[in-house]
Amino acid sequence: MIVGCLLTGILCGMYLDIPFLPYCKDISSYLLAFLVFQAGLNLGANSDFNYMKANFQWSSFLFPVFTIGGTLLFSALASILLAMNLWDGMAIGCGFGYYSLSSIMIIQLKENVIGMDLASQLGAIALLTNVFRELFALIGAPLYAHCFGKLAPISAAGVTSIDVCLPAISKYSGQEFIPIAVIQGIVLEIATPMLITFFCG
Amino acid sequence: MNILTDYFDNMLYLSILIIGLLTGTFCRKISLFKKLDTSISATIWTMLFVFGVSIGSNKELVSNVGNIGLQAFILAFCGVAGSVLAASMAFSLFFKKKGGRHEK
Repeated sequence: MIVGCLLTGILCGMYLDIPFLPYCKDISSYLLAFLVFQAGLNLGANSDFNYMKANFQWSSFLFPVFTIGGTLLFSALASILLAMNLWDGMAIGCGFGYYSLSSIMIIQLKENVIGMDLASQLGAIALLTNVFRELFALIGAPLYAHCFGKLAPISAAGVTSIDVCLPAISKYSGQEFIPIAVIQGIVLEIATPMLITFFCG
Repeated sequence: MNILTDYFDNMLYLSILIIGLLTGTFCRKISLFKKLDTSISATIWTMLFVFGVSIGSNKELVSNVGNIGLQAFILAFCGVAGSVLAASMAFSLFFKKKGGRHEK
């Protein structure tokens, strides 16, 4: 269903004259706001806060470090595999699913270094990589929870563990992992631009 | 730079999440809220459709997809694989020691 909706959208965008095309960006930010509001409602109305509190551990604040470390290490491996510049690969991996910000930042930061054409190509790779990451996180959540433990859907989601993937995390990891997901979302939203600046510098 | 606006947006979404959370907590009795799972899925699907439209209409991106699609796929796959493995490490470090309270 998830892939179907995206593919239908892509095909419609390619072949049809969509009347709302100029407003796509606005529509998606309103939809995201609506989604986040519903996720909040759902948390507030249907969760057991005492249970969450009883299971809360301060080590939750360390968890984003694992996500960042794992992503960086394997992004570096991927860039070796693809014969890409190691730093570029790590900068792209550091988007953590934050496709809008990471692609714009990479283009802006790299423009003066490698020229507009190469920079926008890198930006396009960053955009697609992080779109794929969000999709993998959404589609694969039950699989990761089953094979790699209940924390895996959170780290796969990256930045989106606080918004788009939060409902899936609550469903497949369990309510007690929601605080960790929210903490990771906030930490990565702050860390992403810093890491990208670092790796592009 | 758009980075400042993006930061502002993030704070906005965080406040929306908190407003929703508070509303939900104080209005637990409303039975409609039990059906939020369905409407959340529907919203995600609509979002992905709209997002697909904006990707599909971006001709430059579509025409380049053959070159960069595979690279992006491999980078995303490795990023997810790395973080998932790190998460499984963290899971055994943080949780299993404490008597497997979290395991079901």
